[in-house]
Amino acid sequence: MITVQQVVFALFAVLTLGGAIGVVAARKLFHAALWMVLAFFGVAGLYLLLEAPFFAALQLFIYIGGIAVLTVMAIMVTRGIMKPKEPVFTYAIGAAGTALAFLVMLGLFIFKTPVWDVAAPTGEVDPNGLRALGQALVSPSAYLLPFEVASVLLLAVLVGALFIAREKE
Amino acid sequence: MSQYALIGVYLIIALIFGVAPPLLAWFLSPKKPNPYKGEVYESGIKTFGPTWIRFKPQYYLFALAFLVFDVEAALLLPWAVAYLWLPLYAVIEAVIFILILVFGLVYVWRRGWLTWM
Amino acid sequence: MNVWQFLADFFVNVGAWMGELLSGWGLSPFWVSLIVKVVGGLALAIGPLTAVLFLIWYARKVIGRIQDRMGPTNDGTAAGPFALLQAVADAIKMLTKEFVFPKERDRVVFLIAPVLAVAVAVAVWAVIPFGPQGMQFVDLNIGVFYVVALASLAFFAMLMAGWSSHNKYANLGAFRAVSMIVSYEIPQMLALLVPVMLAGSMGMQGLVRAQEVPFIVMVPVPALIYFLAMTAEVGRLPFEQAEADAEIVAGYFVEYSGMLFGAFYLAEFINNLSASFVFTVLFLGGWRGPWVEQAPVLGLVWISLKAFLVFTLLTFFWGAMPRLRIDHILGFSWKFLTPLALVMLVVVALVDKAVQAAGLTSPWGRAGWLFLANAAVALVTVALLYRAERRQQAAREARRFAIVR
Repeated sequence: MITVQQVVFALFAVLTLGGAIGVVAARKLFHAALWMVLAFFGVAGLYLLLEAPFFAALQLFIYIGGIAVLTVMAIMVTRGIMKPKEPVFTYAIGAAGTALAFLVMLGLFIFKTPVWDVAAPTGEVDPNGLRALGQALVSPSAYLLPFEVASVLLLAVLVGALFIAREKE
Repeated sequence: MSQYALIGVYLIIALIFGVAPPLLAWFLSPKKPNPYKGEVYESGIKTFGPTWIRFKPQYYLFALAFLVFDVEAALLLPWAVAYLWLPLYAVIEAVIFILILVFGLVYVWRRGWLTWM
Repeated sequence: MNVWQFLADFFVNVGAWMGELLSGWGLSPFWVSLIVKVVGGLALAIGPLTAVLFLIWYARKVIGRIQDRMGPTNDGTAAGPFALLQAVADAIKMLTKEFVFPKERDRVVFLIAPVLAVAVAVAVWAVIPFGPQGMQFVDLNIGVFYVVALASLAFFAMLMAGWSSHNKYANLGAFRAVSMIVSYEIPQMLALLVPVMLAGSMGMQGLVRAQEVPFIVMVPVPALIYFLAMTAEVGRLPFEQAEADAEIVAGYFVEYSGMLFGAFYLAEFINNLSASFVFTVLFLGGWRGPWVEQAPVLGLVWISLKAFLVFTLLTFFWGAMPRLRIDHILGFSWKFLTPLALVMLVVVALVDKAVQAAGLTSPWGRAGWLFLANAAVALVTVALLYRAERRQQAAREARRFAIVR
């Protein structure tokens, strides 16, 4: 019996994988960025299935609204990148072979390790989940240190990236 | 989760409302193609220069600064939801988080890297 | 129940009646609730569309009056009394215009952009609470965040429109518009954190329920920051980069004709309206108002009235303000609104905890202290700005005298 959840999962999985393939296979770079947005959308759907609506929205907000937009900006700012070129990639066979080998190894590893007896999601969102997350982020026994380190990391990103990209006199 | 299924239904409705007007217009509008109509609009003159001009790096800079503060605001969201139940030290910790980034903003501003043109 | 009771909670009762009707026809509860919800969703989506027809007329009248002229009037043609049907006439015109495509456009992306823009604008309405209970399509616990996340998709509609038009002005316009919107997203998010903090919830109903004292009274500075950022987000003057008429013609939708342009125009108006509603929920107490508890349907009236006022304010901005230059716009966001929003966040967080610790838990007591804190920050900010202005003035004077010498 195929449940609704399985169907929805399959849908989002196809969306994510299809988007990812589209990124690599697209002729024009802008299209690649759009496929990436689709892949992110699929990931957001997968988060929903995992009962994490906050993370689904976060995915839309940060990945699509931030990273994908940044990627498009980076594409436009780079010289000569907009001409649609034929993908020049002479090692295609070798690369595909290596990737396939990795996939097989990973698959074997996943299927051999007995982690499949996880309880299925009940389908209900914990109403206090957000509050619990907030409390966890600032409690010393939980995620306080990563929280503060994250701000330092963001500082480094901000200063570093703007330094590199600044207007040179 | 049924909530999100409902959202899904609503999004489909929203999409239909998005597709309907252009679709309707497609049926109702005249179609008289003409090569001049396909020209790029440049205030009446024929386009000169490459159509994909190179953009200023500032666009990228601002998107980048946006991303950093985007992540910061997103990390502060769960804290804001939990705020009413948090003890004072937890609030101080978040204030430290914010101040670190305020420092970053001020630094970048003083160095003049946040100018546009 | 009698007629008055039925009307008092109109939408919920209609929904219940429909549900009973459908169950009576033998449908399982799942299908019943689904159909009722779908009908509700359609009604919800149509609402803003019809409201926009009226609002387009309203905006043009208001702007006309601001500019000392009449705006659309009834001159005997079929535009209805007071030209109320003006927007309908516009819609019909756009529906029957030929689609003129730039020949080198990217076909798929070009067509997706306007559809996405409208879909996103309509999708926001799912979480808006029109009344105390049952008058909201879905009460997501991430309510406000859902609204913000949808805006991210709207960025892409703009980028797609600009890029696929294959027109350097459209592309440029799109990037400037996205840069502006992205820059104002930050102060908007930061200002939005304040009501979320004070309400302890991101859900729209939660936000309304926490406003015994409307947040605009409690925290006027974040409300102001949010209002300004929102004005930029919806592309209203003085922050208009999307359509910058005198600068880059029609910005990123220059190559769109007929209903495709109409779609963007529609999306813009719907966004203005949704933003007004969201501001109302966040800061003006949403559906709160006299007699709402007895007659929940009045919630719709109150929230619409307040949102209409906000929309009117936005329209006044449109009619009365010039367009700011892009570097001024971005500077204003990054160098003024963002630092101010961050400071406000810190101040409100600390003051509110202090108030809680001191035991002042009555809504008005808390509101009073927060208001004072806001006023203090506002005064300090104005003082700093004044000093900065004086220093700039002195520098200018010094330069002038230097030249004379």
